[in-house]
Amino acid sequence: MSGEAVIEVRDVTRTFMISSGFMKPKRPLHAVNGVNLRVERGEVMALVGESGCGKTTLARMMMGLLPPSQGTIELGGKPISTLDRMTVARTVQPIFQDPYSSLNPRKTIGSIITLPLRVQGDRDPATWEKRVHEIMELVGLPRRVFNNYPNQLSGGQRQRVAIARALINRPRMVICDEPTSALDVSVQSQILNLLQDLRAELGLTYLLISHNLAVVEHIATRVAVMYLGRIVEQTDTASLFESPRHPYSKALLSSVLTPDPTLGVPDTHLGASFPNPLEMPSGCTFHPRCPKAMPHCSQVAPRPIPAPGGHVECHLYDEGAPTYAQS
Amino acid sequence: MTERILEVEGLSVDIPVPAGMLHPVQDLSFHVDRGETLAIVGESGCGKSLTSLALMDLLPSRATRRASKLALDGQDLTGLSERQMSDLRGNRMSMIFQEPMTSLNPAYTIGDQLIEALRRHRGVTVGEARDRAVWLLEKVGITAARERLRQYPHQLSGGLRQRVMIAMALMCGPDLIIADEPTTALDVTIQAQILHLLADLQREFRTGLILITHDLGVVARVADRVAVMYAGQFVEEGTALQIFQAPTHPYTQGLLNCIPVPGKTARGAHLGTIPGIVPSLVGRMPGCHFAERCRYVTDACRADAIALRDATEPGHRYRCVLSPEETAAHNQMETAQ
Amino acid sequence: MAVNDISPGAPDMEPSPRALLRRRVFHHAGLVIGASVLITIVLMALLAPYIAPHDPLDQVLDRRLIPPIWFDSDKATWTFPLGTDHFGRDYLSRLIWGARISLMIGVSAMLISGVIGTTIGVLAGYFGGRVDMVANFIITTRLSMPVVLVALAVVSMVGSSLTVVIWVLGLLIWDRFAVVMRSATMQVRNLDFVASAQALGCSTARIVLSEILPNVANHLIVVATIEMAHAILLEAALSFLGLGVQPPEPSWGLMISEAKGLMFFDAWLIAIPGTALFLLVLSINLLGDGLRDVTAPDGRN
Repeated sequence: MSGEAVIEVRDVTRTFMISSGFMKPKRPLHAVNGVNLRVERGEVMALVGESGCGKTTLARMMMGLLPPSQGTIELGGKPISTLDRMTVARTVQPIFQDPYSSLNPRKTIGSIITLPLRVQGDRDPATWEKRVHEIMELVGLPRRVFNNYPNQLSGGQRQRVAIARALINRPRMVICDEPTSALDVSVQSQILNLLQDLRAELGLTYLLISHNLAVVEHIATRVAVMYLGRIVEQTDTASLFESPRHPYSKALLSSVLTPDPTLGVPDTHLGASFPNPLEMPSGCTFHPRCPKAMPHCSQVAPRPIPAPGGHVECHLYDEGAPTYAQS
Repeated sequence: MTERILEVEGLSVDIPVPAGMLHPVQDLSFHVDRGETLAIVGESGCGKSLTSLALMDLLPSRATRRASKLALDGQDLTGLSERQMSDLRGNRMSMIFQEPMTSLNPAYTIGDQLIEALRRHRGVTVGEARDRAVWLLEKVGITAARERLRQYPHQLSGGLRQRVMIAMALMCGPDLIIADEPTTALDVTIQAQILHLLADLQREFRTGLILITHDLGVVARVADRVAVMYAGQFVEEGTALQIFQAPTHPYTQGLLNCIPVPGKTARGAHLGTIPGIVPSLVGRMPGCHFAERCRYVTDACRADAIALRDATEPGHRYRCVLSPEETAAHNQMETAQ
Repeated sequence: MAVNDISPGAPDMEPSPRALLRRRVFHHAGLVIGASVLITIVLMALLAPYIAPHDPLDQVLDRRLIPPIWFDSDKATWTFPLGTDHFGRDYLSRLIWGARISLMIGVSAMLISGVIGTTIGVLAGYFGGRVDMVANFIITTRLSMPVVLVALAVVSMVGSSLTVVIWVLGLLIWDRFAVVMRSATMQVRNLDFVASAQALGCSTARIVLSEILPNVANHLIVVATIEMAHAILLEAALSFLGLGVQPPEPSWGLMISEAKGLMFFDAWLIAIPGTALFLLVLSINLLGDGLRDVTAPDGRN
């Protein structure tokens, strides 16, 4: 790892206290549990996992919207907690899944796209118009929608507005939370192409949160697989898709439905029950669903094992397991 | 030994809107055999969900349905009263919706709802109904089924709720199941399991299945036959193999080029796109509905309504002025780019 | 990077939101009727000094209890179209001036309670957690106080005047604002555009004022109309009990109160201000319902 880290997450944990009923004590929910993640300049880091695995919580912490309970997040080498709101906003910007709820329905497109300029107190309003027109052209929005309201635009156009708003202040990093899953197939490909072009043109770094592994395979350079608050495998895209290591990664990959009519529906052998995050399984949290679980998996939590391109957390690849826990 | 379970001819839906008359479903004809899966695939607004509601006679009250033939296992459905239809719904034809949380009643336990579904249509005792509910819940992969009967929908995860929905759809042993985006709200791992289950059960009970979805991956893996819907019409229909290996309509070709396929699409390469937006279906549109977005559009496309025509293989039909050879050549150029 | 999913000229063909709103407003019968009645009453109140034919306080004892002109009576005269009361005051003039007081109380009490209730509700909905707990406690406390009883007690202690009535009502009827604003804010707060405003570095005040408030304004308008009608009725009730507006000021509630002794002999004395009050409250409620219907957020298309 030689490149410059845009964002670095160190041992971050986020715990929510969940009330478990009237007059009962609150219980901790470890949404993110000891995560390390380093995103380098120009990378497309994908975060994949089932809903409830903590990927959205992690992303919110990386945008500075939620403080971590433990650990630090560094933005360009400085802890995010020491940076002011505006600096964080200039560096990291989000694009959300649902282009219907991510735009204020009571505002015109023009007012939505210029909001970042107004918030940042840009000194020179004279250049605003030029910058807005530039960014609208860049994301493929015609000028005439400037005075329209979001409900007059199609889903794809709305997502372009959201992208324009995120990019007008030229952030270094964009966090895309399921950027295309609410869109139709034909619009999805346009937005993916646009995100690719913008990355090349503006030198952006992406954190892509997605459950669509075909999309991840297509545009990500590195992938982190999350399960119950932990990154269980992290590697470059090619290695993950060609030789996934963690049994969970394997299950995820096998559940991708490519449009191949000669194949049937895969059987993932995962079992239906996604564990209750309030009652984390002991040892390796994946062991109740793991087809390769060994006796010690339910007792000892696996440690990160270096693997080509990243790491994997699984006893299968730990030659020291399970003895290291006793030593 | 194929047996027609559903036959539809000339199904249309009209809805009056302030701007005029909306024609979201236009003159559809299709059939489903026993034990067969027909997938209706299309993007949002193409009319696929209204088609399923029209089959169940659950359209909004201002909409009107027309069909020259609509027969379930030989029984004509067009002239049935609301009462007769409601005897059929959930009994001989049942439906699985996208969001199981909103289609299960939160005020009743799943046991009450499963048992009620059967007791309403068949004169069985509560005990018999409960036994069947437990048997079906086990069939759909729910462990501790007898205890689950006492749970309320909110106590189950999304995947479990969808399994309950499937069990409920199967309670009366229907001839036909209509599944409208049954796995869209679920995680990929759960999606695979649910589809697996649906396919297994359908094979076992020899039910006809209409699968309505926008997900081409799901269609390819599950469907026997596929109808591609665009702007209220079927633009192409055929077996899954025909549709995915020899797509003939430019829209089908475009859709398939839009999705990245691991191992096939070059990583990071530009994906195919379909420019333009779906046309408004208010009023009658002469000519091809896809003309505005089609790369190969000619004057002939806009002149007259285009009829479905046979492609090279039997059973494979498409709605375009170009010959199969011409569109195949276009597609080759497109994918080579 | 072609402009792909945009058909040429599509937005040009769509009417602007303002035109759409105008069309919906004029097609809503309840809204049109409510608004026209209310506008008439408001104009009447504003122009009272110019259109009232007589001084509403002018007592002339030899022209007492002239019936309205639709009565078949020798005394009925066009000089006093709605007749006169038991002090010989012109009833039409009192009705016109009384509209001023009713509306003034309605609007002022609504504004005061609106500011209090909206602040509490929006803060509770936006911040949640402890703020919400405190707000809920305040709301519950307020809900456990019977409005009329508390108002009566306060007015009888402090003494009654127009200002006192306005403040007492304003400080008492904000609960509905708070409850409705709280739940509306909670819904809007979880939408992605709020998160994206936060990610852009917007201050909390800016998010609340420019992202949240415009999206809960339609609920606010509806509650405002309900509370305005509520305040007008409460004022009438207080005046009827003798603790609201003091005679000889012409308030509709007071007119009903003053006529109650003659209810069985000259029923029109009660019927006329009663009808006026009924029309005003009905028109405000029709307007509120109509506004709720036409400002409901557009569907997803």
